[in-house]
Amino acid sequence: MSRRMQIVLASFCFCWLFVSTAAAQSGGELRFSIQSEPKTFDPMLADDDSSETIRYLTGGFLIRLNRQTQTLEPELATSWKVSNGGQTISFELRRNVVFSDGTPFSADDVAYTMRTLMDPNLHSPTADPFRSVEGQVKIDVKSPTAIVLQFPGPVANLEELFDSVAIVSAKSPHRDVAGLGPFVVAEHKAGSSIVLRRNPNYWKRDAAGKPLPYLDAVHLDIQQNRDLEMLRFRRGEIQLINTIAPDAFDRLAADMRSAAHDAGPSFDTEQMWFNQVASAPIPDYKKAWFRSQNFRRAVSQAINRADMCRIAFAGHAQPAAGMISPANHFWFNAKLRPEETDVPGALKRLADDGFHLDKDVLRDRDGHAVEFSIITNAGNKVRERLAVMMQDDLARIGIRLNVVTLDFPSLIDRISHSFNYEACLLGLVNVDLDPSTQMNVWLSSASNHQWNPEEKTPATPWEVEIDRLMHAQASTTDNKQRKEYFDRVQEIVADQAPFIYLVNKNALSAVSPTVRNAAPVVLRPQTYWNIDSLYLAAPDPSGRHGE
Amino acid sequence: MWIRALPKHFLRLALTIMLGGLLGATLVRLAPGFGVDERELDTRLNTQSIELLRQSHASQRNILGYYRGYLAGLFRGDLGVSTSLDRPVAELFAERLPVTLHSVGIGVAAGWLLGFLLALPAALFRWKAYEIFTAGLSGLFLSLPAAILGLGLVYAGGPASLAIALVVFPRVLQYARNILVQSAALPHVLAAHARGLHRTRVLLWHVLPNAAPLLFALAGISVSMAFGAAIPIEAICDYPGIGQLTWQAALSRDLPVLVNVTLLITVITLAANSLSDLASSAFVRQRI
Amino acid sequence: MSRIRLVAIVFLALTFSAVLFADFVAPAPYAKQFREVPNAAPSLKHLLGTDDLGRDSFSRLLYGSRVSLLLAPAAALLSTLIAAFVGGSAGYLGGWFERVALAATDLSLSLPWLFLLLTVRALLPLNVAPVTSVVVTFALLGVLGWSSSGRVICSGARAIRESDFVLQAKALGCAPHRLILRQVLPNLQPVLSAQFWTSIPIFIIAEANLGILGLGVAEPLPSWGNLLRGLENWPEVKASPWKLAPIVALIAVVSCFQLIFQKRENLAS
Repeated sequence: MSRRMQIVLASFCFCWLFVSTAAAQSGGELRFSIQSEPKTFDPMLADDDSSETIRYLTGGFLIRLNRQTQTLEPELATSWKVSNGGQTISFELRRNVVFSDGTPFSADDVAYTMRTLMDPNLHSPTADPFRSVEGQVKIDVKSPTAIVLQFPGPVANLEELFDSVAIVSAKSPHRDVAGLGPFVVAEHKAGSSIVLRRNPNYWKRDAAGKPLPYLDAVHLDIQQNRDLEMLRFRRGEIQLINTIAPDAFDRLAADMRSAAHDAGPSFDTEQMWFNQVASAPIPDYKKAWFRSQNFRRAVSQAINRADMCRIAFAGHAQPAAGMISPANHFWFNAKLRPEETDVPGALKRLADDGFHLDKDVLRDRDGHAVEFSIITNAGNKVRERLAVMMQDDLARIGIRLNVVTLDFPSLIDRISHSFNYEACLLGLVNVDLDPSTQMNVWLSSASNHQWNPEEKTPATPWEVEIDRLMHAQASTTDNKQRKEYFDRVQEIVADQAPFIYLVNKNALSAVSPTVRNAAPVVLRPQTYWNIDSLYLAAPDPSGRHGE
Repeated sequence: MWIRALPKHFLRLALTIMLGGLLGATLVRLAPGFGVDERELDTRLNTQSIELLRQSHASQRNILGYYRGYLAGLFRGDLGVSTSLDRPVAELFAERLPVTLHSVGIGVAAGWLLGFLLALPAALFRWKAYEIFTAGLSGLFLSLPAAILGLGLVYAGGPASLAIALVVFPRVLQYARNILVQSAALPHVLAAHARGLHRTRVLLWHVLPNAAPLLFALAGISVSMAFGAAIPIEAICDYPGIGQLTWQAALSRDLPVLVNVTLLITVITLAANSLSDLASSAFVRQRI
Repeated sequence: MSRIRLVAIVFLALTFSAVLFADFVAPAPYAKQFREVPNAAPSLKHLLGTDDLGRDSFSRLLYGSRVSLLLAPAAALLSTLIAAFVGGSAGYLGGWFERVALAATDLSLSLPWLFLLLTVRALLPLNVAPVTSVVVTFALLGVLGWSSSGRVICSGARAIRESDFVLQAKALGCAPHRLILRQVLPNLQPVLSAQFWTSIPIFIIAEANLGILGLGVAEPLPSWGNLLRGLENWPEVKASPWKLAPIVALIAVVSCFQLIFQKRENLAS
């Protein structure tokens, strides 16, 4: 029987097809790379990408953010309700769920997880967003399937925070390995690989009632070198790559069209900022430049964002309008536009502040030539390109920019400890939809308020206003109201430019054509967010999928 | 007579090693970025947690105090705990040391073999074409960064450890060639040639013995060269050895790992160089 | 004079004059970004194509050679002199001085100098002039790069110390510094020249690696080192082999130098 005949027959009886492919899809070992050794296997302490990958693949969660629809979906909780102004959440839990080692799951496990997580001595990055004010969380187990958590103060975006709380067992003798997720850690070869096996007790089933996940195992190779990762992908040794550099992406797309996925602008931003710390060891006249709104906006206007997208990102990026990417459908302020390149406009703004051009050199009121350095982390080729392009752009308005690359600890030392720098170029990875997770950036008292961290009192009137709006959005659960507050924050940031946003890079990923049900998205984890329904096609003897 | 000098010699070595560890720890401590943590940029963490992260390195700030504590632990067989990976350093070394010793061993042996064999004809025959060939070859491999060599080998499907050999061999070739050429031009070697002795005999009896002390010293330092090359190669090619660990520890200012690595490399360097000194002096004594 | 040597000399002369007169030879300023044509293939306008920002690769190669051709040999010379001094005097004088010098050499081979470089970068101002940064970098390389050959030189000097002709010279009342200058150093010349020639490419590459730490040549100034760093992207190099030009140039220059000077050494001996 010819291949075509088979296909025609199959498409006539769709149901049969579904069942038969479902039967055929079990099994297989999916392989992909993680960039570094996970620092911990404890889901509560996960802070680095690799540990979060392990948590995503092995943890069971009450609520899951669907990475595709950007909506919350019930998992171990069948329903939930937030009340008391965002202070209380009650969960109805799924019945007949057991941990990977067979221990039954109940509200006691949720209570145990929350109690451990909220222990102030644990200092879990997952727990901090729950702590809006000092105090204990009240945990009330109503029944084995009902639990109420009451936090000492209102928690913004409370329900979404549970997307990163993996439930651990209160009673299991193998507490550190027993999980509720689709996979369990089976093997760890330090420095080289981690093997996750299918959790036979995973509660989820597909539409046909078949237990998930389809895959037998996930093999994670620890591979830092992105070129080698791509090489291994091309050789068919690994099947997924979450993020690809733009030029490598274009080369892949040229050779394996169907494997390269550009999901559009991601949530991540690339931005620069000027050091506005009052005590910083830099000359006073430079501090005066950096505190000037006109100076910051002029620099922003001189930058050619379209060229950055076209050259540094090979077209796989969009000029950024502000702190929230347009990919964040709900929270993006659609009124904002990326700053247009406008050299005369920039010079006019500078002239308003007393700067003048003197034979192609910009000088301030007192005659100081305008020259400053920008630090960025070494080893990120795209970011280095951005810096060099800015160097060229700023030369057009007579500013001399010195690019200095530093290793990461030296960079952090300068931007968070010694404040011995003038400007910094960095990217921010946004994992969450909700702006409440950015409280530690926008509040003037916060340590990640990079341009002027941990201010005793806000240094400028507009920072007072941002503080007020951020507190206001955090103390209500009405999302429409919150959006209004946050839109205003976005407008102030665009107007004052404490962070000069450059681009939103696209989410570029690679998925081997042998992986079925894959639907890469912009939110992390881009390629395997639906890991429990992925499966590997049986090797095609004709070799068509191999490309 | 030199047996009696042995305890003194070992004492000296031990002091050098301890000094090496202290100097290494001081260099790490004084470098910018010591005691900072990448997690400080995590926007989810609140001010208290970040403050705690900043305090977590406090016990390592006083370098003399830290080093005393470390040495005390060392005598009990405790190498300390890595701050970035949160695992005992002894465990990390046990996993990774065999990988690196294997690749460095292959690297030194193959690099030496290749370099020395290529240098011999250069010294013996002085063919013009061969001179150009060796100059070009060593120029080529000296000009290729170690990391690029490693990556190239991985792309070609070869083992990255061979890259260490390719880093070591051009240097061995250069030194060995020059040493042998000079040795071959010594008056008594020329006299031996003039007496009509066979080339091989001249090489074995006159050229090599003369060059031996220098060649032994070269062998000693080629171990250090190989370790130096292993760090970038393992880091770039994702080879799970000590080199990769060192690189990661350097990037996270992981003092316990770095102190141990410094001690380890000091021990290996001293061992290799002492062995080469011993071999060389034994050789000289035998000839006399 | 052999034909090969002549070819090498002519090649080097051409290279040096092109590099020295880069202002006239280069088709474009090294920092000019032709943003319409990033990553272009070689053409009449851009002889070696353009880099990822559209800068003319040929011009960058010419200007990059300037920095590296001048400073790498200077640093190599510095490291050779230190090696000769420390190794030579340790081996020749012997005793406690030799022991201390050898211990220092061994430590210098083992210590994590990376952190010293990081500290130096932290001590330099961020707006440091590119020239200062490059000179500091090469000076550091020169100061730190002596130890491996220092050991070889020391054992060479020790052998000479114990050799008959030095014993005779000593017996005849020859002053130590004269002995070192007239007898010891010339005999160590093969090791010193090996140190010198191997150091040049090694330092050129090291400068590029230090660029990662914010030392060395800063953008937009090119150097052979940072041009070589571009080669780490193998798939790209495979797709556009003309990007190998910097490494071909470096190999050619290093090999030519070696050919010329090896010949001289041979004649001398």
